[in-house]
Amino acid sequence: MKTIFEKSRPGRATVYFPPPAPGERPIEEILPRTALRARPPALPEVAELEVVRHFTELSHRTFSIDGNFYPLGSCTMKYNPRVNEKVAALPGFARLHPFQPAETVQGMLELLWRLERMLAEIAGMDAVTLQPAAGAQGELTGILLIRAHHVENRQGHRTEVLIPDSAHGTNPATATLCGYRTVSLKTDRRGGVDLEDLKAKLSDRTAALMITNPSTLGLFEERIRTIADLVHGAGGLVYMDGANMNAIQGKVRPGDFGVDVMHFNLHKTFSTPHGGGGPGSGPVACTKLLEPYLPVPRIVREGDRFSFDFSAPKSIGRVKSFWGNVGMHVRAYAYLRAHGPEGIRRNAEHAVLNANYLLARLRGTYKVAYDRPCMHEFVLDGSPFRKYGVRTLDIAKRLLDFRFHPPTIYFPLIVHEALMIEPTETENKETLDAFADAMLRIAEEARTNPEVVRTAPHTTAVKRLNEVKAAKEPIVRCSLCG
Amino acid sequence: MDYIQNTPEDVAEMLRAVGASSIDDLFASIPADLRLTRPLDLPPALSEQDLVAHLETLAARNRVFEPTRSFLGAGGYNHFIPSVVDALASRGEFFSAYTPYQAEASQGTLQHIFEFQSMICELTGMEVANASHYDGATALQEAVAMSIDHTGRRKIVLSSALHPHARAVVRSIFRAMDVQIVEVAHVRGVTPVATLREAAQDAACVAIQNPNFLGGVEDLAGVAEAAHAAGAVAVASVHPLALAILKSPGEAGCDIAVGDAQPLGIPLSFGGPWCGFIAARRDFLREMPGRIVGETVDAEGKRGFVLTLQTREQHIRREKASSNICTNQALMALRATIYMEALGPSGMRRAAELCARRAHELAAKLARVPGVKLPYSAPFFHEFVAEIPHAAQTLARLQERGFLGGLFLHPFYRDLREHVLLCATERHAPEDLDAFVAALAECLR
Repeated sequence: MKTIFEKSRPGRATVYFPPPAPGERPIEEILPRTALRARPPALPEVAELEVVRHFTELSHRTFSIDGNFYPLGSCTMKYNPRVNEKVAALPGFARLHPFQPAETVQGMLELLWRLERMLAEIAGMDAVTLQPAAGAQGELTGILLIRAHHVENRQGHRTEVLIPDSAHGTNPATATLCGYRTVSLKTDRRGGVDLEDLKAKLSDRTAALMITNPSTLGLFEERIRTIADLVHGAGGLVYMDGANMNAIQGKVRPGDFGVDVMHFNLHKTFSTPHGGGGPGSGPVACTKLLEPYLPVPRIVREGDRFSFDFSAPKSIGRVKSFWGNVGMHVRAYAYLRAHGPEGIRRNAEHAVLNANYLLARLRGTYKVAYDRPCMHEFVLDGSPFRKYGVRTLDIAKRLLDFRFHPPTIYFPLIVHEALMIEPTETENKETLDAFADAMLRIAEEARTNPEVVRTAPHTTAVKRLNEVKAAKEPIVRCSLCG
Repeated sequence: MDYIQNTPEDVAEMLRAVGASSIDDLFASIPADLRLTRPLDLPPALSEQDLVAHLETLAARNRVFEPTRSFLGAGGYNHFIPSVVDALASRGEFFSAYTPYQAEASQGTLQHIFEFQSMICELTGMEVANASHYDGATALQEAVAMSIDHTGRRKIVLSSALHPHARAVVRSIFRAMDVQIVEVAHVRGVTPVATLREAAQDAACVAIQNPNFLGGVEDLAGVAEAAHAAGAVAVASVHPLALAILKSPGEAGCDIAVGDAQPLGIPLSFGGPWCGFIAARRDFLREMPGRIVGETVDAEGKRGFVLTLQTREQHIRREKASSNICTNQALMALRATIYMEALGPSGMRRAAELCARRAHELAAKLARVPGVKLPYSAPFFHEFVAEIPHAAQTLARLQERGFLGGLFLHPFYRDLREHVLLCATERHAPEDLDAFVAALAECLR
């Protein structure tokens, strides 16, 4: 379809503002010419109806949970309840200015304070900051807390962060940004951290272990307590990537198995909408040990009054402007209040049930990377199909013809032809069955008619796109403008 | 309540297929001594009806000031949002989508991001832009990181007239990285270029804001020249709506432009989610963090869009990545895209002109109120500093009369004792300015 620039016609517009009053001075008399731009920006000129049709057509070309099953591993694409959108849009939340005096936003501060307490309970920890804007920013905050703690305790010689080789790429990137050297830990045959490798790599240089639990292989780290004890014994701290909290919320608490600090992905576990790739929100929970270093301001309660406290001398400072992605906090708070303790636990239980059911239906036809009962997601390995000339990428593209979003592919990196599937708790059995049927049929096609898989998708608006060309000759803005 | 669909019959059938006798069996890999044996200590579940009532009660405990009676800006602005923005951005296809990893099924998301990038380039006068960032402050921090990468230098120069939160974010992140931060104090509301020029020696970048936090329009071209003379990168944080009339960072010779797209159709929402943007000259493309959408062709030669240059990103580069950013603010960038397309160049220019006009009218009217002074003479767009007797108490009195009278600056600049930052926008009619000035005069009497 055309871009809006191609639909533009000079002079076409919808008028939204009052016309000039008689005798208005030109802007050149208000601002000096040196401050003004020489030519107007070449933005598209279209009327409102064209805008409506343009974005309606774009919406039809957007794959969404509202439209179809979206089993993208590690992304937790569950249903986004409509009530959350409704309450977040209440003028009493959406129209507040972030610099309004605290006494005029008592309801907002109370909501944020309560959300912090609820997240601390789910984490099994003492304190929470809501400031980080996304999981990756939560990681950064968490590692900065650990760093501040070591610096204060004259442990500056601790320069290494241990990270399992199955981890999200954000983990090593975060550790490096915080000035640490990363040390990769091997995965053992059962998909857990290789304990011998861990022991060999722990030392007085160890600042922290960054671990994802359940892991990106969809497995609970059975020896997490031992791992945490080993790290603590060496003087390091344990950071947990909370990307997979959906599997364990209400069943087990990271603080109870030795984690010192973790982040939540509100857009995953608590279903704030992903919106095509954001906004996210990545609150960080930590124990008393690290609480003094949390970003400022903290939200404090005195009796029935809530306020911001900026006086934290050991704080790492601020990681984001204002108070975080508050609109996401309203949605997450609503989600938690709707569910209560029972609902939160049931989410984990049904997420795990749905994943294991799907795994049961696909096992036998697909190779399972680590064949154990999984948590809320599992990893298949498409290598057996290579002998037919079919790769995991092809299987993913073929799924689009069945109107399913493909799983996450080629992650975790330690599984060569990985397909990581996460159905979530909000899907029903019929959908899981239809998806399994499609996966089984594609496996059959790979054997009998590999060409149809290799050339997929056949039914989408565009056929397979040339990503190499896009990277080699980057065109990142409309060529018709400017 | 929850949103689970499995019936007891479904559960039984699924457990049979799995070969488990209960759901709890599926959690066998969690050692028994680690398991939570009590319910979480959370408030009990609410029905949707009770939930809405509860949140309405909390919302009602917040005071919403009429946009026509608010003169508070300081990084978050009350601009008019055409109805079409809410209507289109709330379509479920948009808000319940994820990162467009599978381009063939996500052309809608990819194209609206591509259009966002294109328009941000147009506004900033830059050649490339990314798919959005968390907010303006973190976008500035990433621009600083780009300049460190680009020059290999480890000193950065910030103007004290950059938003205090943006400076604070930069300090938090770079404290861990052995980077020297030099702050150049504003003089009467603008950054002195001569001082910047001196400070820029051996620096990776010089970063300023335009219009700056105190409202003043900076000498962008002078700043760019001073940075370049020292071999440093010129970074400008800009207000995107102001760019409909103000000189763009590109025109002024800057290298990287950042800012917050909140003024472009994004609600205040108590400070977030908003939408940072990063744009730059072309040679910074491969140093730019975050997602970037590029144009390409499909197997039949038809145009399409994909996430591109992903080898820069953390999921490929891992510990070698210069940024850990993963998510962006696509839904907020979508709002900005709809806003810019609906207004077009004429609408954005009119909105920007009205902002400047109203702010200058307000300044002129305030200057006539006994006791009120306008301490700075630099050109301004829609924000300016006024000295008001007993500023804090006066603002409190204005609040009793239903006005948000601006931001008291003393907590941010210790030497500004009775200074208030005021903002007027296209939402203020001339009568609104008169009502405010009258109320202020009354408070001072």
